[in-house]
Amino acid sequence: MPVLIYAENAEGKFKKSIFEAVSYARAIADQNNTSLTAISIGDVSTDELAALGKYGADKVLNVSNDKLKNFVNQAYASVIAEAAKKEGASIVVLSNSFSGRGLAPRVAVKLDAGLIDGAVSLPDTTGGKFVVKKTAFSGKAFALTELTLANKVIALTPNTYKVVETGATAQVEDFSVETKESDFKALLKEIVRSTDKVSLPDAEIVVSAGRGLKGPENWGMIEELAALLGAATACSKPVSDAGWRPHSEHVGQTGIAVSPNLYIAIGISGAIQHLAGISSSKVIVVINKDVEAPFFKVADYGIVGDAFEVVPKLIEAIKQHKAVA
Amino acid sequence: MKILVCISNVPDTTTKITFTDNNTQFNTNGVQFIINPYDEIALARAIELTEGNGGTVTVINVGEAGTEPTIRKALAIGATDAVRVNAQPQDAWFVASQIAEYVKANPFDLILTGRESIDYNGSKVAAMLGELLDLPSVAIIKKLNVEGDSATVEREIEGGKEILTIPLPFVAGAAEGVAEPKIPNMRGIMSARTKPLAVIEPVSVQVTSTIVGYETPAPRGQVNLIPADNPGKLIELLHTEARVI
Repeated sequence: MPVLIYAENAEGKFKKSIFEAVSYARAIADQNNTSLTAISIGDVSTDELAALGKYGADKVLNVSNDKLKNFVNQAYASVIAEAAKKEGASIVVLSNSFSGRGLAPRVAVKLDAGLIDGAVSLPDTTGGKFVVKKTAFSGKAFALTELTLANKVIALTPNTYKVVETGATAQVEDFSVETKESDFKALLKEIVRSTDKVSLPDAEIVVSAGRGLKGPENWGMIEELAALLGAATACSKPVSDAGWRPHSEHVGQTGIAVSPNLYIAIGISGAIQHLAGISSSKVIVVINKDVEAPFFKVADYGIVGDAFEVVPKLIEAIKQHKAVA
Repeated sequence: MKILVCISNVPDTTTKITFTDNNTQFNTNGVQFIINPYDEIALARAIELTEGNGGTVTVINVGEAGTEPTIRKALAIGATDAVRVNAQPQDAWFVASQIAEYVKANPFDLILTGRESIDYNGSKVAAMLGELLDLPSVAIIKKLNVEGDSATVEREIEGGKEILTIPLPFVAGAAEGVAEPKIPNMRGIMSARTKPLAVIEPVSVQVTSTIVGYETPAPRGQVNLIPADNPGKLIELLHTEARVI
């Protein structure tokens, strides 16, 4: 009984979060002495599909069907559940992406499976149990959750599991399924991509700014800093509430939770709700003029100083660093 | 239009999270409970939609009697009536199954939840309800407009957004952008006391997951403060010590 991983593509390509999920699913397959089957839906080249082997997939099921070119939540869930049944997979892994969050619960219900979303660790199978650590209380804690049903669905939080390359090529097979009309009620009208920007949930570096910036007109230096670092931009809740930045940039307990390698907070005091959303960042840098700002208590590196003086100097320092490197 | 809004009772966002019994129980001592902030956004949009087109907003909560202040708050904000399924919410499957049972007997044109709950951070109930009721679902929406018997929604994707049209009824999880939360006024607070709150008993549902323990994030070491006039030092440390750039 293989493990099944749903490999979601973005415009025909797989992103790092999918390589993480495939590597994670490979490790679960190894725990169970079984193989790993990936399933891809939509237009993806055979080379791109076979390359999933590098991260541990033994076989890739390719669903290429005009009706399934773009994401349709219900129909994709049906296809994934069908593939799991056909392969006899009792464990299905997905990335906890925006689409993954819509798929995992439906797949779980279809397969009568227990579901963990927001997983951050491999299953602990000590004593025949199946316990997975997941985020809880918006990053303030983790819950160790046991799945008790035979079938299991796990949605992995991006940036929490390392990509592991094993070096093989996967065998690609076409997989066709009957689709049912009632799965296509939701109609996609338009996809709007902000191609010039790094997407916040996927970002390895995040540059975030708060009320200390005083107004939306001052974000130029934040965007410049982010562009230099290949980072996504983010903000605190008061900033998005005031309409200085879009809601999609709001990081915190009631916004997006991120887990980048580097989180740079500029002019953010560090309210408990904001800290909740960033606590799983690997390295935290805080720039704030108030030495008493609570954010310094959770920071790895800090600069006490005015953002308007420090950030331009930081930009210069990065340019120099890049010139040398 | 009949709209159902599913609400959770969660610890206030300022809560310091602690555990008892060898880190197996969430310590609710002194914790203030509120309507899950995303559910409040869903409720606000539901009220706006009925204000324009007529209709009712029912809130449903799966919880024991202790959640009634939160339900009354939703009624004060402007919900028409409320239902409480009298049970401890064991997991998302349990909650979705209870709500699905209620909806099968009491159909709605639109079912809204929040995009996730801020306690266990599940964003499961909306899509599970969709599956259990064989309705379309969108896990996280940023905009919602209803025209006649269909709706236009905007959903976030990594690095962009999708715009969809969906016939009613369907299930969606509201996120920021859908509406601004509403603050109850005095009239709302007064009328909330007398609005109908039905209590129904749960159906029997299988247990699919159990929380066996909790962990808190590892504490970070002392912050390394770098002089404000030497940001180059920070870049050097991020490169050579932290190895993140």
